[in-house]
Amino acid sequence: MRVALFATCLVDTVVPQVARATALLLERLGHEVVVPRGQSCCGQMHVNTGYRREAVPIVANHVRAFAGAEAIVAPSGSCVASIHHQQAAVARRAGEHALADEAAALAGRTFELSQFLVDVLGVTDVGAYYPHRVTYHPTCHSLRLLRVGDRPLSLLRAVRGLELVELPRAESCCGFGGTFAVKNADTSTAMLTDKMADVLATRAEVCTAGDASCLMHIGGGLSRLRSGTRTVHLAEILASTEDAVTPQQATAPAVSA
Amino acid sequence: MTAVFLGIPTAPPGVGHLRGDRSFPDAARDALRDGQLRANLGHATSTIRAKRAAVVGEVPDWAELRQAGKAIKAATMARLDEHLLELETRVTERGGTVHWARDAAEANRIVTELVRATGADEVVKVKSMATQEIGLNEALEAAGIAALETDLAELIVQLGEDRPSHILVPAIHKNRAEIREIFARTIPGVDPSLTDEPRRLAMAARAHLRERFLRARVAISGANFAVADTGTLAVVESEGNGRMCLTLPDTLITVMGIEKVVPTWRDLEVFLQLLPRSSTGERMNPYTSLWAGVTPGDGPQEFHLVLLDNGRTAVLADEIGREALHCIRCSACLNVCPVYERTGGHAYGSVYPGPIGAVLSPQLTGVEDNASLPYASSLCGACYDVCPVAIDIPSILVHLRAEHVEAQQRRTPEAAAFRALARAMSHPRLWRLAQRAAGLGRFLARGRPTMPASLPPPASAWTRSRDLPTPPRETFTAAWAREHGS
Repeated sequence: MRVALFATCLVDTVVPQVARATALLLERLGHEVVVPRGQSCCGQMHVNTGYRREAVPIVANHVRAFAGAEAIVAPSGSCVASIHHQQAAVARRAGEHALADEAAALAGRTFELSQFLVDVLGVTDVGAYYPHRVTYHPTCHSLRLLRVGDRPLSLLRAVRGLELVELPRAESCCGFGGTFAVKNADTSTAMLTDKMADVLATRAEVCTAGDASCLMHIGGGLSRLRSGTRTVHLAEILASTEDAVTPQQATAPAVSA
Repeated sequence: MTAVFLGIPTAPPGVGHLRGDRSFPDAARDALRDGQLRANLGHATSTIRAKRAAVVGEVPDWAELRQAGKAIKAATMARLDEHLLELETRVTERGGTVHWARDAAEANRIVTELVRATGADEVVKVKSMATQEIGLNEALEAAGIAALETDLAELIVQLGEDRPSHILVPAIHKNRAEIREIFARTIPGVDPSLTDEPRRLAMAARAHLRERFLRARVAISGANFAVADTGTLAVVESEGNGRMCLTLPDTLITVMGIEKVVPTWRDLEVFLQLLPRSSTGERMNPYTSLWAGVTPGDGPQEFHLVLLDNGRTAVLADEIGREALHCIRCSACLNVCPVYERTGGHAYGSVYPGPIGAVLSPQLTGVEDNASLPYASSLCGACYDVCPVAIDIPSILVHLRAEHVEAQQRRTPEAAAFRALARAMSHPRLWRLAQRAAGLGRFLARGRPTMPASLPPPASAWTRSRDLPTPPRETFTAAWAREHGS
């Protein structure tokens, strides 16, 4: 299958290794990966901060960039949820009905990585090897908007060498929430502290998730505390093999002492 | 008459408790530092959450019941005016008197005059969010009338000269030891050996209240539901204090938000299943009191129903926001909210805290009077999942944020930044330039894997407690294009 990769603005700009891992994984599974050059952002940050009018041209750009794609995959539950639940609505509200229809059609072909692997490709064992103790945080939008359910867990369970430990109070939000993390920094930090306490209680080496944004939040907190536990995106774990344990991915803690 | 339509009125300022005096982030900052509050809330919310999950899980058709609740509410709101007129007719036929109150000030005036007319200088109260909303106790006090709360938690709040912090459990922020201290200090003639054992505390409150029930001539209540086609009012409660208030005094005054009406008796079957399981986590609440007008020789011989708007018609006018009027005040959304669990209710400034408060309060007052509330959520969606009438709270929050942004007359620095970013994100070449500019941030890191911890605002709000990774030399899309020659 020819898969168009939507890297998402955050991954592309801040943690490109996550998009790289997604591409490597899909290629290893025998699919052709294309990365449309015109892509930028889904518009979620604008919509969720109150700039829904300003989000319309961003949605238009996204629709232009991915026009004609057979299947679109993004390593982010949150961005895919925004594509599914927000893009057409903001376009329609602005009176851009043609754009809304195109966005809705594109959303129907857009998948979060774990959903694409399990539902579209029908694989749970992607042939990965990752010899680490790992805990999984089910990010809110993957959990409640996309309902990815236990797909990421079945993918992780099939990874050779990986020891999966259950995260207590897993369904509790980490406190990221986009601009919430800045506008309500104190409350966000309080939520993060409790999430980190739960992550650390598992004694996992790695906390993983399907959203780079939530991982940047949890990882940013763990790094500030000089904790040895690090955050690694699900795509990076699934892309790892005996030949390349963590492609493009530092296994050292984010902060070197 | 003015020729200019000034819009549908919202709840007026200066009366009632829908507006805080501080923004949510400011109030939350203090609440977060109160370790006892955090412990009390964490304990209470996780207990109620577990109880609710257990009793909801045992209902095989919960999803259908929830959709029925949503559908009944949506259909009722579409013809709210007709249902209210029918309710007025039926209540009047059965010997009650209906009063229409445009806002909090008018409702307070109506109730005060009604109490004055009875000559009473004291009223007993059933727990009621509507009367909290309009500040009725303060209005009565100003008129020399003492309002005595009879719900245990409301009594704790009143005796402690505190404010309620939860829709259902107003004293959720207090633990047993703190309640014992309040009782020991404020209840006249209380047993000095009072302990913090729940039974002992309840008995102390009971002894204190019993005397007041027996001498009360006027009671004031809210209503959970009003049935239009029979003129029946319904109050759902756990302690029996409501039943005492609704049956013992000569005069009963009920203050009810206009959105509480349901068209038919049969509709109660849905809500009386949804409400107790969602609120207290019980299969059925201990007391459900239903009354219609006046029954000679049985219960209050004078009944007044005050129908309160106070901004609700304005909420109804908003296509997206009106769903907030479907709320049946179960508080399930508060109990699952990760923000509420940590800040408590006082941080919201309004009597309606938590997720539902964050969408209801700004709509009742006008969004600019509660502009920080729609942002008091990480949009995690837990509230929507548990709402028994499926109110899409996250979508309303996002909608109200946009209403706030679009209400700004002057361009804020934030708006300028978001507009510039939108421009970049909709023009690929500009976007690549912006990404390269962001990548220059790596020079601030001077080779370290994370950015400095002391960046200027607004980045400082992040970096005060969290590291920010150093941006890479090259974006993924740029690297891919280089490698694949496109």
